[in-house]
Parts: sequence; structure tokens; C-alpha cells
Amino acid sequence: MKFIDEFRRLELAQGLAGRIRQNSKRRARFMEFCGGHTVTILKHGIRQLLPPTIEMLSGPGCPVCVTDNADLDKAIALACIPGVILVTFGDMLKVPGSRSSLQKAKAEGADVRIVYSSLDALELARQNPDKKVVFLGIGFETTAPGIAASILQAEQEGLKNFYVLSLHKLCPPVIRALLDSGEVRLHGFILPGHVSAIIGSKAWEFLAKDYGIPGVVSGFEPLDVLQGVDMLVSQVENGESRVEIAYRRGVKPEGNLKAQELMYRVFEPCPARWRGIGEVPDSGLRLRPEFARFDAELVFSPDPGPTLEPKGCICGDILRGVKTPRDCCLFARVCTPENPVGPCMVSSEGSCAAYYLYGQDDE
Amino acid sequence: MCLAIPARIVSIQGQEAEAEIGGITRKISLALTPEAQVGDYVLLHTGYAIAVVDQEEAEETLRLLEEIAEFSEM
Repeated sequence: MKFIDEFRRLELAQGLAGRIRQNSKRRARFMEFCGGHTVTILKHGIRQLLPPTIEMLSGPGCPVCVTDNADLDKAIALACIPGVILVTFGDMLKVPGSRSSLQKAKAEGADVRIVYSSLDALELARQNPDKKVVFLGIGFETTAPGIAASILQAEQEGLKNFYVLSLHKLCPPVIRALLDSGEVRLHGFILPGHVSAIIGSKAWEFLAKDYGIPGVVSGFEPLDVLQGVDMLVSQVENGESRVEIAYRRGVKPEGNLKAQELMYRVFEPCPARWRGIGEVPDSGLRLRPEFARFDAELVFSPDPGPTLEPKGCICGDILRGVKTPRDCCLFARVCTPENPVGPCMVSSEGSCAAYYLYGQDDE
Repeated sequence: MCLAIPARIVSIQGQEAEAEIGGITRKISLALTPEAQVGDYVLLHTGYAIAVVDQEEAEETLRLLEEIAEFSEM
């Protein structure tokens, strides 16, 4: 496929890996923020191409994984309200909440539907005027503008039975929170390509300015990630810290202004709870008061009861980059993609799922 | 979940478009990229085009990577 195959060319990957091995003298620890990057690194054997000076750590960039149990329980409680169709992206279905999962709720009779797009949820609302269609709004800046556009469309059409549970999260504030905690010492970030297609590389400039840490916005093909690492290595070796774009075909410094405008017309920043990290100020998105009638939380006030955390699961530590899936005593023994204990084993871009599928022979 | 794949726009009707992805055609929304034209590639995420792929930048990146491959020790 165009813009995919060209960015998987072996001889170009070998060239980049060769240059990285040539240039890298200092020990450096880089975090790939995005779960999609973790998958690329493990699936394409990029770790094995990198010199021992470079350590790659997975970050919290997996929306399913960072969804707090209390929020997930709310979604499950909403699904159990009679007359509600709960509509979600597929990744959320198997994530275990405190006492149940959306999949279990569905098996017990709740009407839970999987869609590819929030546009499909709008269509369900049109086809089922006697039902209340609640869309589970999970995702980062990549996803939120599309959901904002769907809400605006519902408003324009006068759809009275479409609601959103907004659990959206913003990426720059959580990176700040990670750095401020001082738990992990990092020398650079591979920054999320598709989040940055929306917010632009400028949104990351605080990394260099406030923390003196370089960042490179990268795409998701193997050459994109290798180019990102190569650019980080150059900066580290030269003692520089800048925010750069390796993914120039998809990302502009200012991002997608139209998408930003739609996102902030419908949503406003609010505090949000991140699994393993806790509450981070201004890292969530809630519906603005003028869109309150679409807000599933306000309209239905779901009451899921007290929150319980899965015993022995270290997803929280993994999401902060403090531990890896191999440090978990449940990994691949008790916790597998078929029977996940924590969300990082459920999501296709969760660290545990990626290690399980592609990384078992590694190291 | 932030997966986005390149899709080629085949036709446009208002805010909607037909796009081709690896031989499959589906309806997508251009609400976030009203500047997209027929023949453009867009990054498609959950039914919405989130960016128009800059083809010149793509070629420029590949030229740079070819240069790197030529000069680096394998």
C-alpha cells in the first residue's frame, strides 16, 4: 500500500540502524509514548537492531490501558440501564472493570455494540429512535475531534437519543506529570504521530524548553520509528534538546487547526484519572455546558459502586515506565490475551499484549 | 487506538467522501480536513480523515533515508 510499503524498505532500515550504531556513544533511555510505537518496535524487531547503549521504554500512550477502573465501571453501569445501547470501539470490550466487563454485561443481556467510527453510533441512534444510544468516548487528541464532529452533527440533525460518555484524555499534561514525578529518568521521547497530526509538534515544545529533553514526532512504520531514534541520538550526542518531526508527511508544527477548533468548541479541559498515574489536572476533556444534553454522565448519573483494582496486576507501573511486562508475575501465566487480568493485555496496543505476541523471544 | 491508515480519496460529496484503502472503498468524513481533494491521500482514523498526506514531504523523507543508507556502515 502506498505510504506504507515504502516506509518498510529493508535496505533503508539497515542504513538507519547502521547510522544509529555508529553515532550512539552515550547511554540513553528513550520513551516511546504511544502503544502503537511499542507494537512497531516489537513486531519489526527494531530492538535487536539498536545498540546496547539505547534503552526503549513503553509509555502510557494507550487510551484503553489508561482508562481508570472507576470510569470503566461507569461505562458498564450505563450499559446495564434498560433501553440503553452502549456503543464502543472493540478494544474496550474485554477490559475487566471492578466486578464485570462490557463483554460480560453483554453476555448477561446488556445491549453493547462495537463500531469502527462514532459515525456508526450516529446511524444506530437514527435507526433506534426508541432507544438511548450512548457512545463510549475513549481516546486521545487523535480521536476526540471526530467525536466532537459527531456531536455537532447530532445537534444539527436534532437527534434526541445520542449521548457520549467522555473519557477522552490529553497527552502533553500526562507527560508533564510523568516528568514531574521524577520516577523515571529519560533522555528523549518518541512522540505520538497521530496525536501530533491534530495538536502539532509545537504542543511538545515544553519538553525542550522546560525539561531540556529532546522529542521527535514519529510515524508508525519501522522506518519512521528508526528515523525518530536516529534524530534523538543525534541530539543526545550533540548535547541538544529540540522538538523535531520525523513524520513530515503527516504532521505540521501547528497541527490540524480545524480539528482543534471543533474539539474545543464541544469539549473543555478537565481533571482526569489515569490508571497507575492518578488524577492529572487539565488532562481530560468534558462536554462544555452548552452540550450538556449529550453528556451521558449528567443525563444518566451512572452509579457503579466502589472501585476494586485487580490483585497482582502491575499495569499502572508499566504505564509509568517503571516496570516492564516481564516484571509481572501474572504475565503470560495467569494473564493472557484470552484471559486478561489488566488492560495492557487487552488492547492491541497494550505493552503486555505486544510483549506477549511479539516479544517473548526477545532478550 | 490512534491507528490511522493512508486512504485515497476517490470522490467527494459535501463533507463526505468515498475513499479507497488497499482495494476496499468506504465512506469517510472530511469534517476535519475540508481542504482534501480527489486524488489526495488522507490519514484515516475512526472514519474521519485527520490529515492530508503531504506527498512531497514523503518523497523528501525517502530521499533523505536513501542518502543515509548510502553513507552508513551496515
